[in-house]
Amino acid sequence: MTLAATTHPTPRLYWMIALILAVVTAAEVGASYVDAVEPVLVPLLLVLGAVKFGIVVAFFMHLKFDRPLFRSLFLVGVFGAIPLFVVVLLTFGAL
Amino acid sequence: MTTDTVLDALPPEHGEEHDVHHIRKTAMWVFLGSECIFFGSMISTFLLYRTTTGDGPGAELFNVPFTSASSFVLLMSSLTMVLAHHAFERHDTRQGRVWLSATALLGATFLAGQIFEFTEFVHSGLTLSTSPFGSSFYMLTGFHGAHVAIGVMMLTAMAILSTSGRLHHGRGLNVELVGLYWHFVDIVWIVIFTVVYLLQV
Repeated sequence: MTLAATTHPTPRLYWMIALILAVVTAAEVGASYVDAVEPVLVPLLLVLGAVKFGIVVAFFMHLKFDRPLFRSLFLVGVFGAIPLFVVVLLTFGAL
Repeated sequence: MTTDTVLDALPPEHGEEHDVHHIRKTAMWVFLGSECIFFGSMISTFLLYRTTTGDGPGAELFNVPFTSASSFVLLMSSLTMVLAHHAFERHDTRQGRVWLSATALLGATFLAGQIFEFTEFVHSGLTLSTSPFGSSFYMLTGFHGAHVAIGVMMLTAMAILSTSGRLHHGRGLNVELVGLYWHFVDIVWIVIFTVVYLLQV
């Protein structure tokens, strides 16, 4: 039994994930041109972007199946960037 | 069965390989975590200066349909990368080489699109020194492009190594590490595309 067979999704699942990513990207671009979604455009695009980010990290980078240590190391970076972002914008009065 | 369980089940002579595997992969994740902070600071800087265009052009220059196509190309390169990794894990070197080459080609296509876009912007009057908007835009997207270029070079090198039989199953971890780097480049672009292009139009 190979390592790949026991821990990684199948190519079929990878193709399905790619299809979902393509559809979400199309939805993002479409939404940015539709006036009706203008009031919720920013949160909508942020949510769709976060969904794509999460799918790639979980399945293509195998973080869903890999050691919890790797997940923790990466999340420290991701969640470390958020306070950095807030501090920079607060420092220059942009928030 | 998890990765840990499979690796723990290896015979004792594989113990060292197990440790090296773990250390290198841990180092890569630490590196990627630090890169999140790096790109986070760049994106913050862009958001800070997004309206400071001075007398120069701003976000109205963005060609969203064109950049959407580029984004799609980079997104699909993540698919070909994961298929390359899967093929090498299954000892299918020929198939792995095909997907590695496809990934490098898609990465090069994305870069060509970025060069075209930068050229158009410069001709329209947006240079690195035009305004804080221009500086922060080129710094952010330029650094991302540099990461893509490094990734394309690594992918090309691995594809060449595989033709000479120097990328056998034992080097599968190299493909995995380059793959992690490549997917990271992709997720950074997911954020840049949303924040820099879609939200500014």
